[in-house]
Amino acid sequence: MSKNEKYSHESYLEYQGKYKGIWGWLFSTDHKRIGLLYLYSIAFFFVVAAILGLLIRIELIAPGPTIMDAQTYNGLFTVHGIIMIFIVVIPGLGAVFGNFFLPIMIGAKDVAFPRLNLLSWYIFILGAILAVASQFAGGGAPDTGWTFYVPYSSTSSTNVIFALTAAFILGFSSILTGINFIVTIHRLRAPGMGWFKMPLFPWSLYATAWIQVLATPIVGITLLMVIAERVLQIGFFDPALGGDPLLFQHLFWIYSHPAVYIMILPAMGVVTEIFPTFSQKPVFGYGAIVISSIAIAAVGYFVWGHHMFTTGISYWSRWFFSFLTFIVAIPSAIKVFNWISTMYGGSIDLKTPLLYAISFIFLFMIGGFTGLTLGALATNVHLHDTSFVVAHFHYIIFGGMGFAFFAGIHYWYPKMYGRMYNIKLANIAWGVLFTGFNVLYFPLFIIGIQGMPRRYFDYLEQFHTGHFISTIGAIILIIGIFMMLFNLIYYRHRGAVAPSNPWKGVTLEWQIESPPTHENFEEIPEIKTPPYLFKKES
Amino acid sequence: MTQTANHAHPTDNEGGKMGMWIFLFTELFLFGGLFLVYAVFRAKYSDDFHKAAYELDALIGTLNTVILLVSSMTVAMSITAIQKGSKKLAIKLLLTTIFLAIVFMVNKYFEWHHKFDIKVYPGSEVLQNLERGELLFFGLYYMMTGLHALHVIIGMILLVICIFKIKSGHIISNRYLLLENSGLYWHLVDLIWIFLFPLLYLLT
Repeated sequence: MSKNEKYSHESYLEYQGKYKGIWGWLFSTDHKRIGLLYLYSIAFFFVVAAILGLLIRIELIAPGPTIMDAQTYNGLFTVHGIIMIFIVVIPGLGAVFGNFFLPIMIGAKDVAFPRLNLLSWYIFILGAILAVASQFAGGGAPDTGWTFYVPYSSTSSTNVIFALTAAFILGFSSILTGINFIVTIHRLRAPGMGWFKMPLFPWSLYATAWIQVLATPIVGITLLMVIAERVLQIGFFDPALGGDPLLFQHLFWIYSHPAVYIMILPAMGVVTEIFPTFSQKPVFGYGAIVISSIAIAAVGYFVWGHHMFTTGISYWSRWFFSFLTFIVAIPSAIKVFNWISTMYGGSIDLKTPLLYAISFIFLFMIGGFTGLTLGALATNVHLHDTSFVVAHFHYIIFGGMGFAFFAGIHYWYPKMYGRMYNIKLANIAWGVLFTGFNVLYFPLFIIGIQGMPRRYFDYLEQFHTGHFISTIGAIILIIGIFMMLFNLIYYRHRGAVAPSNPWKGVTLEWQIESPPTHENFEEIPEIKTPPYLFKKES
Repeated sequence: MTQTANHAHPTDNEGGKMGMWIFLFTELFLFGGLFLVYAVFRAKYSDDFHKAAYELDALIGTLNTVILLVSSMTVAMSITAIQKGSKKLAIKLLLTTIFLAIVFMVNKYFEWHHKFDIKVYPGSEVLQNLERGELLFFGLYYMMTGLHALHVIIGMILLVICIFKIKSGHIISNRYLLLENSGLYWHLVDLIWIFLFPLLYLLT
């Protein structure tokens, strides 16, 4: 904080609890501080994995070995996947913004189980360290891909056990956070806030938390079975010992497909908060958004088989899974229409958060439609395991969850730190990021259709142009990420002091000071009106 | 972790219990994965499973079932005792529960020890030479009972913590959420065994 400017209140950042200095953070049970602990650790791992991703792209800039050998490459894409999926994307929005803003948005002073919340962070860190250690310790980086498909994962001589244990531990942390959020939403809503007066970000977290709780244990036990297979030679999945490798794929995707919705639902929740604020207009179709969130969570549970169309499962199960996959598109599309209708006729203020939110829709649409291409039985056979799939899920996960995360950080930054970042620089960084993203991933669709397999170290000359353009995009993207990070870090202490409501938002977090006090609310507010009621400016 | 949960809002019993119930559901799903695998392989190798199940000692299994059922009862009784304000009785009943849990584990030890003696353990040569279905049966047997035994140990730790909390006066007649949640956990341990016992020992 600069010398001449001071807040009139004591914020959670300055609050002196039982412990001082760094311990005041590491032992803090304040949901806001835990949210920031998650933010810093996730940002760190994001940068690490993004650099691994850049190395993969540089390797693929030309056919043949460029900067590494094939085994290193296998390790890189595996660890890139494990870190990004299990450490960054799955916990990401829920653990950072969910922790920070869920209690505030429902008018509570903290989550239901603050100590459990801190414990979840420690479990998360333990898992994260194990995941990174798997890259360096003993037998070399795991090379199975983040999906750990057997039988290879039960025979590979690399550090697969480390990676499996890491994923198991991270899942445990995810379950505990999920339980915490469910109970918080059930028990701690402010008086008068009925279920349908709750803002939509908490609603999306609620749907997400149920998937976390119901799906994660399945992958937990599956990973334990693979560990048992490696350590004790119990052949659950090994055909030589009587097991069934397809069983693993079923069990794995029963969790890992809903995990996609664990990533995307809170992302949808974040942009649903941003559109009304920057259009100064109530959200269009509140009920439809709530119901579509729950529908996505419910139907998303029964589509895992679309990852297995080429494995020889029966015609009818393929038909069924394909059908349900198409069904999921309906609630997703409803949300897109709602967001656009929210903007329609509003007084639009095109600031950085809205730019990210609009690009979220754009990228999510591309990701969604290519998802339908993959969900259709006939095209799937052609596109299975090509770089088309890689492009598709990066559009959904990075273009969707990632851009929503960036939207969220630019939206809530003034509230979290009480400072403003440089909006001009933030807009430029957005432009670079958005350009880099499309240049990076769009060519992969094209060479994917032409037959470029995913995860390959080497490729034919005919795919050279596509890979070359893609690598250029990766470099632009990394530059954009660092511009954004610089902006956010540099103006953390130097930015102008932010007012308590810079965007004229109407949800509860904008009614309290920036940054919030330790207790959030002096007095628990009483809720009388539905959310998103904007007063007409005279 | 439940114990951390309970202290946060000692007044919100409802919330604490709700969190515990959801956690128990995740535990059921964890074992559910194993039950699913059991169902798949039982259907595929029903004859082998049939044969392998004969190898298990149904007497020890029955004995352990009775022990766990009784221990579930004593833990429930200790909650009633605490509600009526009788600390001493509650502690006695909890000690009985832990004693029964130890007996369960000793039985388990002898059972496994016997298996190891006749060289039926994961990765052993005897096992590798059996039929594939029998091999999977023993794999499941060790995985399921092993994971269950781990839960028994966690449950015992929770109950020991409860005893200390009763002694120090943290668990009293109108505030006993930790004890109630530990009791719920113990019932879960019991419940899972109720399913494991017939699936592994009786279905021959």
